[in-house]
Amino acid sequence: MTATGLERTPEIKKVTPELARHMEELWKTKPGLFGFLGTTDHKKIGIRYLVTAFAFLVAGGIEALVMRVQLAQPNEHLVGPAAYNQLYSTHGMTMIFLYALPILSGFSNYLWPLLFGARDMAFPRMNALSYWIFLASGVFMYVGVAMGAGPNDGWFNYVPYASLPYNPGLNEDFYSLGMIFYGVSTTVGAVNFVVTFLKMRAPGMSVNRVPIFTWGTLTASVANLLVVPCVSLAFLMLWLERQFGFHFFDPGAGGQPILWQHLFWMFGHPWVYAIVLPAIGMVSDGLPVFCRRPIVGYTVVSLATVATMILGFGVWVHHMFADGLPSLALSFFSGASIIIVVPSAVSVIAWTATIWTGRPVITTAFLFFASMIVLFVIGGVSGFMTGSVPVDWQLTDTYFVVAHIHYVLIGINLFPVVGGIYFWFPKFTGRLLDERLGRWNFWTMFIGFNLGFLPMHLSGLLGMPRRIYTYPAGMGWGWVNMVTSIGGFLFAIGVALLLVNIVISLRRGQVAGPNPWDAPTLEWSVSSPPPSYNFAVIPKVESRHPLWEDRLEEIEGHTRVAEGPVLDHSKEALTTTILDADPDLIMKMPEDNVAPFILTCAMSLGFTGLLVHLWWMAAAGGVLSLVSLAVWLWPSRRLAQVSGAPL
Amino acid sequence: MTEVLAKPLPVGPYDRRGNSWWGVMCLIATEGSLFAYLLFSYYYFDFQLPSSWRPDEHPKFLLSAPDSVILLISSVFVWLGERAIKRGNRAGASLGLFSGAALGIIFILVQFKEWADKHFTPGSSPYGSIYFTTTGFHMAHVTAGVIALLFVGVWNQLGYFDRERHAAIANAAIYWHFVDAVWVTIFFTFYITPYLW
Amino acid sequence: MMHWAGGTPMTYLYGFGAKAYPVVWLTWALLGLSIFVCLIFAILVPWGVMARKSRSVFGAITTEPVSRGPHAVHWITIGVALTVVALTASVVGTVAVLAKVSHPGAGRPLTIEVTGEQWWWKVRYDSDSPDQMFWTANEIHIPVGRPVRVKLMSSDVIHSFWFPALTGKTDAIPGQTNVTWLEADQAGRYRGQCTEYCGLQHAHMAMELVADPPARFEAWRQGQLRNAAEPATPQAMHGQAILVKSCGACHTVRGTLAGGTTAPDLTHVMSRRTIAAGVLPTTSAGLSAWIANPQAVKPGTKMPTLYLSGPELTDLRTYMETLR
Repeated sequence: MTATGLERTPEIKKVTPELARHMEELWKTKPGLFGFLGTTDHKKIGIRYLVTAFAFLVAGGIEALVMRVQLAQPNEHLVGPAAYNQLYSTHGMTMIFLYALPILSGFSNYLWPLLFGARDMAFPRMNALSYWIFLASGVFMYVGVAMGAGPNDGWFNYVPYASLPYNPGLNEDFYSLGMIFYGVSTTVGAVNFVVTFLKMRAPGMSVNRVPIFTWGTLTASVANLLVVPCVSLAFLMLWLERQFGFHFFDPGAGGQPILWQHLFWMFGHPWVYAIVLPAIGMVSDGLPVFCRRPIVGYTVVSLATVATMILGFGVWVHHMFADGLPSLALSFFSGASIIIVVPSAVSVIAWTATIWTGRPVITTAFLFFASMIVLFVIGGVSGFMTGSVPVDWQLTDTYFVVAHIHYVLIGINLFPVVGGIYFWFPKFTGRLLDERLGRWNFWTMFIGFNLGFLPMHLSGLLGMPRRIYTYPAGMGWGWVNMVTSIGGFLFAIGVALLLVNIVISLRRGQVAGPNPWDAPTLEWSVSSPPPSYNFAVIPKVESRHPLWEDRLEEIEGHTRVAEGPVLDHSKEALTTTILDADPDLIMKMPEDNVAPFILTCAMSLGFTGLLVHLWWMAAAGGVLSLVSLAVWLWPSRRLAQVSGAPL
Repeated sequence: MTEVLAKPLPVGPYDRRGNSWWGVMCLIATEGSLFAYLLFSYYYFDFQLPSSWRPDEHPKFLLSAPDSVILLISSVFVWLGERAIKRGNRAGASLGLFSGAALGIIFILVQFKEWADKHFTPGSSPYGSIYFTTTGFHMAHVTAGVIALLFVGVWNQLGYFDRERHAAIANAAIYWHFVDAVWVTIFFTFYITPYLW
Repeated sequence: MMHWAGGTPMTYLYGFGAKAYPVVWLTWALLGLSIFVCLIFAILVPWGVMARKSRSVFGAITTEPVSRGPHAVHWITIGVALTVVALTASVVGTVAVLAKVSHPGAGRPLTIEVTGEQWWWKVRYDSDSPDQMFWTANEIHIPVGRPVRVKLMSSDVIHSFWFPALTGKTDAIPGQTNVTWLEADQAGRYRGQCTEYCGLQHAHMAMELVADPPARFEAWRQGQLRNAAEPATPQAMHGQAILVKSCGACHTVRGTLAGGTTAPDLTHVMSRRTIAAGVLPTTSAGLSAWIANPQAVKPGTKMPTLYLSGPELTDLRTYMETLR
């Protein structure tokens, strides 16, 4: 080993029990409250994201069930209009923001370093921060809900109804400030994913060898960096207008209500791709494992992921087709909204071809991944129909769109997520989920979901508008809604079965080894659950399917996981170059640190002060935030950020 | 194939190699988008409303032009400061960083004077709202940049950085240049376009 | 005669009038294509699973060997090519139909102005001469076979104007005027509803459109132009006095001192089939229920509770029943 100036040659060693113990000592989370609040272990943070997002899923689900009881028949009186309007708005906010992205962040956080052969994410402390802010902003918004001041203008929050004259309570203030707060979590998380993808992959994992799941999260993250500021700005403008009489949206003063719609949907449309593309990636990686072959068309499927998002930046006006915009604009956005079907078709055909040219082994995970293909097609074609302007003028704001959004969100997010839970649960916990209960889980969810939401296309085509707390008799909607409500409850039982399976299997599930599915990617090369340091030595990757190399004809050498650079002077990780993943730097990784937690508390204080107009509290929150940041960013010898640091 | 892995590797970030550089690049992408949307809103009002949406008197250059030059010069100082530390010149680096910060503070003070001289408030009209929100956001970013430059200058004085280890200076510098570049687009939008159409 | 065949008055799977027919055709074409594609994959995927499934089971997955599998990327190429053909046809159809329905056809259009309010529709029949202009609410009458230009405005939040059987949705946005058009080629009664969430009672903001043969429409129009009939009985006269005092601040009854403009014009309220934007029928019971306790019928409505005594309510209702 030479140590000159800044450099060190990494030692190459074999994995041994002594090395494992040494690495565990270096990397394990400190015990007690300090460790709980200060951990930067991406696996712990990932589990927190999953659990918290699931809790919000259950909350949003309960909100939905109340609505389904109210709508099962005409003229019901379970809830009045004020309560119903908060229910449907809170349901949307909860599912789209507090469940759909964070659940994928949870999987991404846990899996990415393992998939990449890395020890952690690029920014472990920022990783912790993104979780704490997600939790704090979700709690912030739900405090409003609990106070009867939940959002009441839909998740999309159109003005002028969201403005002060029509909405004088705190509902919109909780929502506006809560969303700005939440936006910080998403942005911080996105930065982490982008830089991790660029710099933290194991040597040899060039960009054409990464799992498709990571393409999905990367694409979503780049998009989020570019569009989250748009919605944060919109909510800030609304908040300023409501508190201080600014004029952005109020028509009486020259404000433009449609400006809100542009700002919201320029964010909103890329966002809905951000909440499905990683899940699509999960299917692209998981389905082939059970088909016992690599996916058909890795390159086009990866490109299709990116193409979907790029096109997704250019379609936002399709949410505004009824606004009275000029025909030329409508035609352009209609065309783009129809073309965007093409990359989706690529993935669907690739999966179907993988099934047909593989040898599917039917497991619960496989059932969720395979059924998703059909649900994707149904959700995709209903979306395609709304892309045609004259047809959309009939479909928009009816239950047809509600059917569409649930097929894409439940079909392309939740079903892959549940498949992912069955697939990766053994890796996270060391135990398999019960397979028989899994089959009950799958069929109840699948039948319940389709029973609930397939008829919704019909109630939409029969003209039932959205966002109505009740409807009259004689419209032909009654029986369809009853079927939907029954399906909804059956679907909820299915979700409950998942939770039961998780609880039971945590204790009594069959013990899993490192690779119960004989899967090809790197996370299956470490123990279940993985050690805190992930890899005792840094792997050298030679193909897309490291653990299948002996069975697929590979041209280059063999991926090495049993011997490699050990990087054990402290918590250390290897960064590599962007395209080809050649070794670049030895990074010193941070110890457990409570600054992210403290910063979140400071920001919570600040946002609370803004909410209740206690400006001293807001200022205090701001100052404390700055102080926490300064402490966090203070150059550290241990992280080799100052001259003369040890190597 | 252990050859690739057996060569010496740098430990820790140095100059611009390291994760934090890419992190600041992502930050610039996201904050740049924010300003893009602010300007989008301005142009949206400009195209939707009659030209009377803007005050009759076009924005003045008397204060704003020199102020812009001050900001651009501050970037030069910061760039010189970064160049100094790359050559191991700690004192030069501090000089550049603190001068940049000082000019940034002057920029902010002149901007406050411009604000005070305006005949409209944020609550007067959409123009007032978008003007103060946009320039206010920019001022907040300048303030953050000044704080960053000051911290980094102090850290430099404490001897933390040398010709290799100065990632914080590189990060603060590129952030400062970004804030500068954003000002050019804001200046063009608010001060120049009223004369163009 | 109601066009509510089969009890589905809000469907747009069939329609009436020059604006509706091209869109119905396109809707069915895209729906057919969509169902076809769904069936393809709903068959292909389970069939593939059953046809190709391994004998290996959960727990013994390694007994099914891994292999590279046959080359299959060309299927993606074929599928994408077919998709592009279908999508191109859809785009062409979309643009063609959009062009066709953007402007009304031949015939001098009748122009009406509709203003969305929380939670009812203010309707104004415009004319070149001011004495031919009148206001009504929630129920629109048009002559069969003549295009109708609808100018849409809002006095508060965003609403959306929709008669599924006749025309697609167009939003009514405060601060701007949107223009749409429709035409009915069959006489009858059509139902519409607000389809942009506008607050508490968005669910109860319906409207009706009556398409009449031209002669009947003209008779209706002449009737609407007349001022309210003079009350003949003492009860009705008392009722008129109550209306002017309690209701005149918001409602107008032409020919009386009631001149408010923030609530529906009641001059010919009895000529409309429903009140409160489709919530109650315009019968004695309906009127009484609404006036006695509007919050119970439509919680959150802007109509205040009047706290009239029983006899006052009866007299008011008696007068209102003369407003035909």
